[in-house]
Amino acid sequence: MPSAPLQDKMKLIILDDYSQASEWAAKYIRNRIIQFNPGPDKYFTLGLPTGSTPLGCYKKLIEYYKNGDLSFKYVKTFNMDEYVGLPREHPESYHSFMWNNFFKHIDIHPENTHILDGNAADLQAECDAFEEKIKAAGGIELFVGGIGPDGHIAFNEPGSSLVSRTRVKTLAMDTILANARFFDGKLANVPTMALTVGVGTVMDAREVMILITGAHKAFALYKAIEEGVNHMWTVSAFQQHPCTVFVCDEDATLELKVKTVKYFKGLMLVHNKLVDPLYSIKEKEIEKSQSSKKPYSD
Amino acid sequence: MRGREGAARAPVLQFTNCRILRGGALLREDLWVRGGRILDPEKLFFEERRVADEQRDCGGRILAPGFIDVQINGGFGVDFSQATEDVASGIALVARRILSHGVTSFCPTLVTSPPEVYHKVLPQIPVTSGGPHGAGVLGLHLEGPFISREKRGAHPEAHLRCFEANAFHDVLATYGPLDNVRIVTLAPELGRSHEVIRELTARGICVSLGHSVADLRAAEAAVQSGATFITHLFNAMLPFHHRDPGIVGLLTSDQLPPGRGIFYGMIADGIHTNPAALRIAHRAHPQGLVLVTDAIPALGLGNGHHTLGQQEVEVDGLTAYVAEQPLCPLGGRREPKCALLAHGTPPGLCSQGTTTLCGSIAPMDVCIRHFLQATGCSVESALEAASLHPAQLLGLEKCKGTLDFGADADFVVLDDSLHVRATYISGELVWQAEEAGQ
Repeated sequence: MPSAPLQDKMKLIILDDYSQASEWAAKYIRNRIIQFNPGPDKYFTLGLPTGSTPLGCYKKLIEYYKNGDLSFKYVKTFNMDEYVGLPREHPESYHSFMWNNFFKHIDIHPENTHILDGNAADLQAECDAFEEKIKAAGGIELFVGGIGPDGHIAFNEPGSSLVSRTRVKTLAMDTILANARFFDGKLANVPTMALTVGVGTVMDAREVMILITGAHKAFALYKAIEEGVNHMWTVSAFQQHPCTVFVCDEDATLELKVKTVKYFKGLMLVHNKLVDPLYSIKEKEIEKSQSSKKPYSD
Repeated sequence: MRGREGAARAPVLQFTNCRILRGGALLREDLWVRGGRILDPEKLFFEERRVADEQRDCGGRILAPGFIDVQINGGFGVDFSQATEDVASGIALVARRILSHGVTSFCPTLVTSPPEVYHKVLPQIPVTSGGPHGAGVLGLHLEGPFISREKRGAHPEAHLRCFEANAFHDVLATYGPLDNVRIVTLAPELGRSHEVIRELTARGICVSLGHSVADLRAAEAAVQSGATFITHLFNAMLPFHHRDPGIVGLLTSDQLPPGRGIFYGMIADGIHTNPAALRIAHRAHPQGLVLVTDAIPALGLGNGHHTLGQQEVEVDGLTAYVAEQPLCPLGGRREPKCALLAHGTPPGLCSQGTTTLCGSIAPMDVCIRHFLQATGCSVESALEAASLHPAQLLGLEKCKGTLDFGADADFVVLDDSLHVRATYISGELVWQAEEAGQ
């Protein structure tokens, strides 16, 4: 158990490669859920992303569940976004993504999962209701996100308001082009609108974890942490969040200053205490009886 | 067929820790069942927000669609071609016992018989759903009597017929009402066969070519008239010849109606077809291969003398031959034997046996294993040959022979060596192996 509480500040976690970054993120989520000690009267609320970046993290979380180290029984999830007008059962819908890559493998109750309905008759009402559901759940404890190469978080494309709430958003041309590969390479098939949580919605989470891996995200990471807050790089807003952790691999740091990388690498000894020791619900009962002190402050 | 109204309230069963055969591949997926049908769990999750009411751990085993046997003459001492007053109880006995072979539905098959037998037996074998009482009956397979004298095999010559002046009326006069009939095997070289094929197909009856000396051209013409199946390929037909491949040539024919492949039955018991011939057929046309048992009443009984239609047969190991008549030392027809007697019957009781094969006594699961081993095909292909392909042949692929969403939850639980561990019909456990054998 870490001896000294870590200060609330922006953390940058640099791992060697994608799989290590994914595992670190999964361990962090696992520890946060277990330390929260969720129960029938106290759900852990988790914000979740889709896309290729979090896949490795989901795989690890599933593994933890299958090994009996982690349960999602008392976890409520809120997804960041969903396409407008794409049938729920379409293989590229974010419903399908979440089902196939996460939900069907774990013990989460369907009532506790929330994904925006891109086929709702009144889209704005659907977005407003989503904000209400987050509020009713007591806000988001930990919002996990990924970013696009243009620094967008969820579908908050460049130029989005940094205080935005959940709403309908038209996708940027870059995003549509990038997505075409998932829709038989035909631009006409790519949805052009999405429902997305706002930057403000994510900012309200008590904690935010952003996964950034690969050289193609390096410039976005540089914009996110080494330059000022900028609505053209919406992820930069999280510099001002009291508790943000960026988890990245070496490739994603290519555009950072050497001194930035060295500084945060030097801190890894301290930051690794967030995932070491790694808690398990198998030992939770013993843990509870031993100590009531928090391993570190939130 | 099943009421859908109450289905939403029915309990949801989730089979976990298994590999299921879906889309031609064994997938690490759970199988979800409700109201006797296979359920889309994603829909359940997002639309009904429900979880399973019960989970069953399958211990990593394979879940495959229930096997469908479209050619089975009897078994366990029961002969479907025997005109008794109580055909139903015989059908019921076989239906129950073949559950242990993984068969969840079948087409009871009648070999060439006199008209009075058809008139008596056919109305007694209705189409029925499967369940704990036994495998479902999909309809009868009538093999003969409109077949070639030369290639009659074990069929009694005295009762063979041809389509005379009245073609289809002769068929009706012979069989009686066709309500319970699903497949008719006939020889296409018989005069006016095309009229008959068209009439049968128009009634939704599958026409199969077999016990025939047809050349390829005649076979192709029959397919163009509507025939879709070949009865026990290689057996009871002209041998393959490179200038006239005969019925066998249908497997690679380019004269078939567009979009319609031919299906062919194979007795993969290791006796009826040489493994090399099995491989030739499988490699030429894997999608059409339908495993059939062609099982005779001696299936499940063991060595000794048994009856098949109007014939006497002798069984030795996995081989069944036509016996010389009169076969029985007492001169009369024997009653079907009970299973207890079978293993102790001395094989030398009747030594005047012929070498004419007359159907197999290998259970379906044995055929699947032999087929897999003989062809070196994938496990998936072997299982589909006994499930998806017969379902497609009968146009039932939406509800049988598949584990797709919405299909009937008829399936078998198999270990890695493809031995049947349990059989389910409509999501209900109907047979289970004794676990001591593990």
